[in-house]
Amino acid sequence: MIGFIVSRILQSALVMLVVGLIAFALFNYVGDPVNNMLGPSATSAERARLHAELGLDRPFLVQYGDFIVRAVQGNFGLSYQYARPVIDIVAERLPATVELSLAAVFLALALGIPMGIYTGIRPSAPLARVLMGLSLVGISLPTFFTGIVLIVLFAIVLKWLPPFGRGEVVAVGWWSTGLLTLSGLKALILPAITLCLFQMTLIMRLVRSAMLEIMRTDYIRFAMARGLRMSSVHFRHALKNTLVPVVTITGLQMGSIIAFAVITETVFQWPGLGLLFIQALGFGDIPVMAAYLVFVSLMFVAINLLVDLLYFVIDPRLRTGGG
Amino acid sequence: MANPVLVVEKLRIEFPQRRRTLVAVDDVSFAIERGEVVGVVGESGAGKSLTGAAIIGLLRAPGRIAAGRIWIDGRRVDNLDPAAMRRVRGRVVGAIFQDPMTSLNPLFTVGQQLVETIRTHLPLDRAAARDRAVALLAEVGIPAPGQRFDQYPHQFSGGMRQRVVIALALCAEPKLIIADEPTTALDVSIQAQIVALLKRLCQDHGTAVMLVTHDMGVIAETADRVAVMYTGRIVELGRVAEVIGTPRHPYAAGLMASIPTIDRRQERLFQIDGAMPPLAAIPAGCPFHPRCPRAIARCREERPDLARAGAHLVACWLPLGPPS
Ligand SMILES: Nc1ncnc2c1ncn2[C@@H]1O[C@H](COP(=O)(O)OP(=O)(O)OP(=O)(O)O)[C@@H](O)[C@H]1O
Ligand SMILES: [Mg+2]
Repeated sequence: MIGFIVSRILQSALVMLVVGLIAFALFNYVGDPVNNMLGPSATSAERARLHAELGLDRPFLVQYGDFIVRAVQGNFGLSYQYARPVIDIVAERLPATVELSLAAVFLALALGIPMGIYTGIRPSAPLARVLMGLSLVGISLPTFFTGIVLIVLFAIVLKWLPPFGRGEVVAVGWWSTGLLTLSGLKALILPAITLCLFQMTLIMRLVRSAMLEIMRTDYIRFAMARGLRMSSVHFRHALKNTLVPVVTITGLQMGSIIAFAVITETVFQWPGLGLLFIQALGFGDIPVMAAYLVFVSLMFVAINLLVDLLYFVIDPRLRTGGG
Repeated sequence: MANPVLVVEKLRIEFPQRRRTLVAVDDVSFAIERGEVVGVVGESGAGKSLTGAAIIGLLRAPGRIAAGRIWIDGRRVDNLDPAAMRRVRGRVVGAIFQDPMTSLNPLFTVGQQLVETIRTHLPLDRAAARDRAVALLAEVGIPAPGQRFDQYPHQFSGGMRQRVVIALALCAEPKLIIADEPTTALDVSIQAQIVALLKRLCQDHGTAVMLVTHDMGVIAETADRVAVMYTGRIVELGRVAEVIGTPRHPYAAGLMASIPTIDRRQERLFQIDGAMPPLAAIPAGCPFHPRCPRAIARCREERPDLARAGAHLVACWLPLGPPS
């Protein structure tokens, strides 16, 4: 098991090196940073001087190694757009994205799993049929559309919730959280729902089909033949077995939540990394784009690692030893 | 003979379908005495498993008990509500299924599964339930039960898992066990061990067994009586020695001919041609008549009921053997 964890960590590190290479290539070869910094009116002498100053005349591998070392230290250079260290801007924006994504994942799990269990245990109940019907809608609506409908309904027509922004935030160390103020929480509701809708329906359908399948297995039948309480059969014996696929998909979906966050953040003008990235795209702010790439990949890799570790917690067949 | 542990009376199991209703089990009546082992044999699809499932109240929809009554330990169970039936299962009637590789929940230790089952039915605290579970593991012949208690099913071999399954089925001391082909999925070399274990345990605990199997050898060794099923009906029912020695129903005679014995009288050995018809195509009259070498006109028209013939019960208009 220790060996497995070590090898997974090494793999993750390798993935990050490759991502670093892409970010570095983006940095150096998409658009000329010298051009970007000096503007078109600079003389060629000025260009050459800055080129040397930035170390762009050194061999490729040296530059790449240098980039990695600086990236590990959190140094991604200056943003073209804001003329400030990219890492500071990312640090400002990161909490908004993390809080939104976690809220969406939490909602997706907290609603999706119970609905999946219910529709799996009582597949022919009227409510289960309604939920299944609605889930088709949830899975097929594009994120921006849901977001706009929610804004129109709850912000413009009903005026219950703010249509955009993050509300008031409170600083906890360098982390600015919106979870501690009423306006922050209110502002979180609509984007979180928008972002979670797809994952929630996906998880619900996943749990449902896993539940239906597992309820037909021999070990569930044998558990019932032993007279175990139905609550235990459903929530202990069956549910635990559905968790393996749920953990896998949730882990994978965390990635797409972060990806979809770009759209949600744009629709709700949510000041997170996604919005930052979209703005950087428009401006050609390559250091910011590179940093976004690295940070998002880091989250992906970390989540995948976590998922792999969760398997060990859930499934004893993966834990070796003691045979 | 009074107060049997199981009484099944005119049981009928149906599968309603769009245009017709399939009758999978029809007019099945039998009883099992306390501590008795009754074998149930018959071709695949004869309705053996369905009968067992109906008794423990685990028929899968859309299958349903359409008629008949079932008593377990003197209590009518076919009309019990699910919650009450749940308390009967495991406590009064247990079950063992065919495949030990899939009968145990892979994500819980053997000990957790035993303790939960014990505590569901018996008023024991955790420690006492654990002691009982370890003792049961020892009783079913699992070495080092104290260590095995904390292991997961995948750490056991097939034979050892079936021992665990038997321990689970017996852990609340039920009065009847429905064992549905308990050794079919096992390695031939351990089948005999498991059958012997099941027989010994049930003797020790006074547990009756309904033993569904394809293996006439197992029946001959273990069972007191045997029921032969064909197309959802019992066609012959009697003491094992008599049914094996002098089968009366032509179908039973064909089945018995397949038991490998050294001193089998050769004239009994005849082949049954054809196969059992599907449920949708069960012929009128005696369902066996198209395959029966002795069929007469009456067999095509009238269905024979189970009636006394010599020392056992036979559903046949023209039973084999001495006239009764
Ligand atoms: N859901 C269903 N719909 C229609 N017919 C069914 C259904 N389930 C079972 N049957 C039928 O019921 C009959 C009896 O099945 P059962 O499982 O009791 O047979 P069995 O005697 O246990 O056979 P085997 O030796 O193969 O285990 C079979 O003919 C089967 O086709
Ligand atoms: Mg069967």
